[in-house]
Parts: sequence; structure tokens; C-alpha cells
Amino acid sequence: MTERSYEKYFRQNRLPHLWCPGCGNGIAMKAIVQAIENKGWTQDNTVIVSGIGCSSRASGYMDFDTLHTAHGRAIPFATGIKLSKPNLNVVVITGDGDCTAIGGNHFIHGCRRNINLNVILFNNDIYGMTGGQASPMTPLGKKATTAPYGSIDRPFDACNLAQAAGATFVARSTAFHVQHLVKMIQESFDNTGFSFVEALVQCPTAYGRKNRMAEPAKMLQWMKDNAVMKNVWDKLPEEKKIGEKFPIGLFYNSESETYDVAYKKVIQAAGGIAK
Amino acid sequence: MKSEFTLKLDRCKGCGICVNFCPKKVLALDTLGKVYVAHPEDCIACGQCELRCPDYAIFVDKIKEATSQGTENKG
Amino acid sequence: MILIQGNEAVAQGALAAGVRFFGGYPITPSTEIAESMAKLLPKYGGTFIQMEDEIASMGVILGASLAGKKVLTASSGPGISLKQELIGYAAAAEIPCVIVNVQRVGPSTGQPTAPSQGDVMQARWGTHGDHSIIALSPWSVREAFELTVKAVNCAERFRTPVILLMDEIVGHLRENVNLPTENEIEIYPRRKPKKTRAEGYQPYAPDEDLVPNIANFGEGYHIHVTGLIHDETGFPVGSPKVTADSIRRMHEKISKDIIEVQTEFIDDAEFAVLAYGGTARTAYQAVLDARAKGVKVGFIRLVTVWPFADEFLFDISKKLKSIIVTELNYGQIVGEVQRAVKGNCEVKLCAKYDMTIFEPEEIEEKIFAETK
Ligand SMILES: Cc1ncc(C[n+]2csc(CCOP(=O)(O)OP(=O)(O)O)c2C)c(N)n1
Ligand code: SF4
Ligand code: SF4
Repeated sequence: MTERSYEKYFRQNRLPHLWCPGCGNGIAMKAIVQAIENKGWTQDNTVIVSGIGCSSRASGYMDFDTLHTAHGRAIPFATGIKLSKPNLNVVVITGDGDCTAIGGNHFIHGCRRNINLNVILFNNDIYGMTGGQASPMTPLGKKATTAPYGSIDRPFDACNLAQAAGATFVARSTAFHVQHLVKMIQESFDNTGFSFVEALVQCPTAYGRKNRMAEPAKMLQWMKDNAVMKNVWDKLPEEKKIGEKFPIGLFYNSESETYDVAYKKVIQAAGGIAK
Repeated sequence: MKSEFTLKLDRCKGCGICVNFCPKKVLALDTLGKVYVAHPEDCIACGQCELRCPDYAIFVDKIKEATSQGTENKG
Repeated sequence: MILIQGNEAVAQGALAAGVRFFGGYPITPSTEIAESMAKLLPKYGGTFIQMEDEIASMGVILGASLAGKKVLTASSGPGISLKQELIGYAAAAEIPCVIVNVQRVGPSTGQPTAPSQGDVMQARWGTHGDHSIIALSPWSVREAFELTVKAVNCAERFRTPVILLMDEIVGHLRENVNLPTENEIEIYPRRKPKKTRAEGYQPYAPDEDLVPNIANFGEGYHIHVTGLIHDETGFPVGSPKVTADSIRRMHEKISKDIIEVQTEFIDDAEFAVLAYGGTARTAYQAVLDARAKGVKVGFIRLVTVWPFADEFLFDISKKLKSIIVTELNYGQIVGEVQRAVKGNCEVKLCAKYDMTIFEPEEIEEKIFAETK
């Protein structure tokens, strides 16, 4: 066989990765490098920044300049990189806890400022790395080690949150819909601004086992059965948007002046020389 | 057989995703929990296994007619 | 000659040292530094950004530093507490950065506009885990400028976080000063890789001075940076040896040649007053007054607070009867002095923590008590 072209974006000596058997993070990580390849970004002009969590370990496997920051802090670090070297393409990989709990404030402010970043949230509905505690995205009633009787915390819809906070591109896909996921990520790269893609990924170990879906394939099947393409979802009468059904696809796409471009005007106004 | 399988067994974690999503039930897990091609003749080279393998351990290529007749692809 | 404030001098010093990125969040009494940077940085083609909090302010400067910029942030007590998480990250991942702390009375919101030196131990141990740190404490407006330059240079040379330990006294002090000119300022440039990737470049392999030459992002080296303990490749490893080596190197890489101590009248001194930062101004006045009255008292000022001047104090304490440590807190550095002198002389504390600064008379009183 001819080696798959995306393999060059992986640090071969770091594979196999440390994720559990059947973990969806591997699928999402491949989708990102395929989108990078399709987009034509290079390993020299692309930086991967992640927080802390199982998902955030992805940066270590990807052969670019990579930054594994602290829990929740990927977006501030990425902001500093992007504003210092606007020519670099900056991709942020984060988890549902990383992005919407400890990093929630950084997330909405990144959206608000319209920093030209590409944030990919690996949403497994749980804190994977620490062994299955509830996250702000754990659905109501689902079990976690810290919600042994089912979660009563109302979850965030990270896509709505991003859009409300000012992100210029918002989309969702799943680890089952791999080609769609690649497409959504690639389109998010096309958007100049703060773009956000939520990728649903299965965590059979910390989430599946607690919620009667220990088999990775079952979790993917659940995504297949419950994800509804946005155009179909929009036509669905409210009474059919029931159970665990959720929309996937492109939710929002617009253009607005990014922070680095706006700052060039500040430099001009101050009479400085932009470099 | 219309397809050629490449297995990188050191990467396979035996999660069973490929086995489950193969529409023709071509794949199976061996006693050590690694993937193997149980029914190669049934493969239709749809690539569903490769698509969702989280560990990049299984690859399936269509065998080109020309190649199977022994003529090298000139490209 | 210009009339400027200590905080403004910090901004000027940072620009002179090559700082081109500032991320911050407003807090009294440090805000003038952010405001000056907001105004001046764009004139130099640099970037100022006001972040959503102090954690983000640290994160953004660390990202900018990894992308090759010289970076600064400034805050005070409550904000410095928030910064601790990523000060530790900077120490572990060896990212050059300067954090200015214009100290005010704590704990918590404390007395927001009142001067203090209550964060001097926090500067050393504020973030968790073993790590090295550099902290410099100026006593004048001109020195605020000079030590900012030194702080930036040390951050770059040792690839470490450096804390400029200001206090409200110096931060808001206005003085007529001659700032150093461009050719009077020495600048330590960003360290560069000495090997290519093909030659087996390892980002965290220490150079002869124990400091690694880590490439900037975007230069084709494909480096990995993490806060996990890592080996020379930059990737995490669970090895006891790598862990111990890495923690040891972090400590040993800070060369003692950066320890700066000022002494006055020490040759004939029977005992001495030790101070640092804004308090040293009053302490010096008290020493002058006492000497005018014939008291043989010396003056010791810690310019570099961390690493601590252990050897210097051990040596000098052999010929002194006692050292009076004056500080604007409940007693922090006094313990370090006690440790350093190893019983060679008595160590006494002259502490104040009531919002107000020392009057020379308060220190003189302690000085005269020593003559009895
Ligand atoms: C400041 C801080 N608090 C807590 C932790 C412990 N911690 C590590 S990962 C994690 C949660 C990760 O969950 P998520 O972001 O959803 O990522 P996942 O592991 O599920 O991919 C926590 C709480 C930490 N590393 N740092
Ligand atoms: S705990 Fe869950 S998220 Fe973490 S590696 Fe295992 S399956 Fe993946
Ligand atoms: S999907 Fe991949 S890792 Fe899982 S059993 Fe198949 S080949 Fe192995």
C-alpha cells in the first residue's frame, strides 16, 4: 500500500497514542490533520495549542510546533502566538471541561475579541483524564463519578455559547461522521476569525461504561442514530426534536474584522511601524 | 479479492470499531484482541474500517485491475 | 532630565530592553504600567492587550514569548496570586517572561492603595513545586528602569520567569531622572538553536550554561512545549532520573553572578541595617542620620532578592554584631537573613504592617537601641 499522506503530520515515534481502545480522540485528531492537508497549511506555518485532558494530549502526536498548556488556558496562549505572528495558523484542541469549565471565561473572550484562531472541542461529555467526573457538558441525567445519581447541572450547548459570544464560525460534527467532520474543520479553517467546531467523540472508558454504552462501536452508533443534519433539523417540528436527538452541521458563518487586523490600525493611529 | 489490507498491528488496540462497522463482516478480533481479516473474499473495499479506526491501524486499498494483471501503474 | 513615576519608568525600561508584547489586567497600584504600555507599545510596532483576568494575561504573554517576543505583564497582590499557576508553567517550560508586582497590603483585597512588601516570600514560593525564580527590587525611579532592563535580560538569558518586586512607594514615586541612553543599555538577545533539525536538534538540551536554546514557534523546528516534566526532546517522561535532573537543572542554571547587593559604610560598621525596595530609602536616611551622630552603623540593600545573597550575608555577618532587617511586612526576609548568617551575628526585625511607610525615626530608634 502507499502510506497515507496524512501520516506525515504525525510524530511517528510517539504513536501508538495513549488513548484507550476505541477512544474517539484518535478519529478527531486524524480529521484535523486531514483538514490541514486539504487546506494546504504546512507543518512549518501551523501551530497546535492544547489545554489539559485526554483530548489535549493530541498536540504531542502532531508534527508541528505544538504547545500543551495548562488546564483551560490554551486560548490565552494561542492568542499570544497569533498576535505575535499573525502569519501562523493556530489550531486549538480542547476538551469539554477544559474549554467550558476552567477555560470558559477565556473561551467566550476569545470569541468576543475575534482572535483568528481555530478551536476544535473534543466533546466526550465527561472529564476523561481524571476518571469520569461530570463536566459542564454532561447531559442531564447522565451518570458520572461525581454525579452518581445522574447529573442535575444544566449543560452548556458550546455551539450556542460560541455564537452568542461572537465566534464567526460555528459548527458541530461527530466521530461517526468522519468525512463531515473533516469538512466542518476545513471550512472552519476557511473562515477568517474565531472559528469553533465541536466534535462529539466517544469516551468508552469514563463515560460509556457509566452510561450503559461500554462498547465504542455502540457509542458511534448512538451518534449515527441521534445526529440530525442541520437542514433536516431546521425543518423538524418541535415535537420531533425529542429524546437525545441533536443537530450537526454548520450553524453560523460570517466575517468580521479580526483582532490582529484591528490592532494594525492601532499601530497606525499611534504612528508606529507594524512588523 | 478486490482489496488489499494493510494492518499496523502494533497500533491496533482491539476496540472492535472496524469489526462492527464492516457491512460485510470481513473482520474479526483474534484471541490476543488484535484485528485480523477473517473473510477477505467478502471485502468490497468500502473503507468503513479505515475511516473510523481511532488508531490508524487498518488500511484498505482497492486492487487496481491493471496491477492484478501484473502490469505496473505507470503514473 | 524627565519627571516620571516609578511605574512609568518600568514601561520605559521594558521598551528599552526590547519588550514588544504586554498582556495585563488593571489593578492598583500597578495600572500605570499597563496604561503606559497601551500608549507606547504600538509606537514601537509592539502589541498591548487587555485580557479577561490575570491568568489569561500570563497565558497570552507566554504564547507571545514562545512566538519570539520579549514580554511583560504587571499586577499587584490579588492579580499576582492568579498569575501563580502560569508562573510555574513558565518555570517548567522555560519560557522567558517578566512579571511586575507593585506590592500593596494583603492578604486578599487588603488595603488596595497602601504600600507593602508582603509578597516577597510569595515571589519565591508562590507557585507550587520546586522551581527557581529571580526577583529584583528597585528603590528609585531610575533603578526601576534599570532593573526592568536587567529583569528582561535575565529572563532571556536563563529562560525563566523574573519578578520585578516593586512596591507602592517606588511605583508611585515621582523623581527627576536621567534615564540611561540606548548605548548605555546592554541587551541579551533571544537564545537561538545551535543545531538544525537534521543535526539532531533537541529543544530542551542544555547548553554549557545549563540553559536550553529553545527555538521560537514558526521557525520550522516542530518543537513540543509542555508543563509536564520532560526530557531533552521536550516530551513528557515518567522517569525518576529525568525528573530529578530537570528539577536540579532548573535550580542550578540561575547563575549567582546576578546577585546584586549594595553596601554603604560597611568598612567601619559594628552593625548594619538591611533593607530592600522602597523601604531601603528610609532605612538609608536613618543610617545617614545615625552616622551623623557618630554611630558606626552600616547599610545593606538587597537589589536581587531572589536568588538570596546567602554567601554575601554569611561573609559580612562575621564582622558584624547584628543586622537589623527592616521590612514593610510582619517579618519575611528576616528569616532568610537568619538562615544565611548561620549564627555569625544577631538578626533583629524592624517590621511595619499598618499601611504607612517607615519614618526614619522609627528605624533610628532601633539603631540607637543597638548602641546600648
Ligand atoms: C488547575 C487544574 N485543575 C484540575 C486539573 C485536573 N484535570 C486534569 S484533566 C481534567 C479534566 C479534563 O476533562 P476534559 O477537558 O473534558 O478533557 P478529556 O480528558 O475528557 O478529554 C482535570 C479536572 C488540572 N490538571 N489542573
Ligand atoms: S478516558 Fe475516555 S477520553 Fe480518555 S483516553 Fe480513555 S476513552 Fe479516551
Ligand atoms: S478499529 Fe483499529 S484499533 Fe480498533 S480493532 Fe479495528 S484496527 Fe484495531
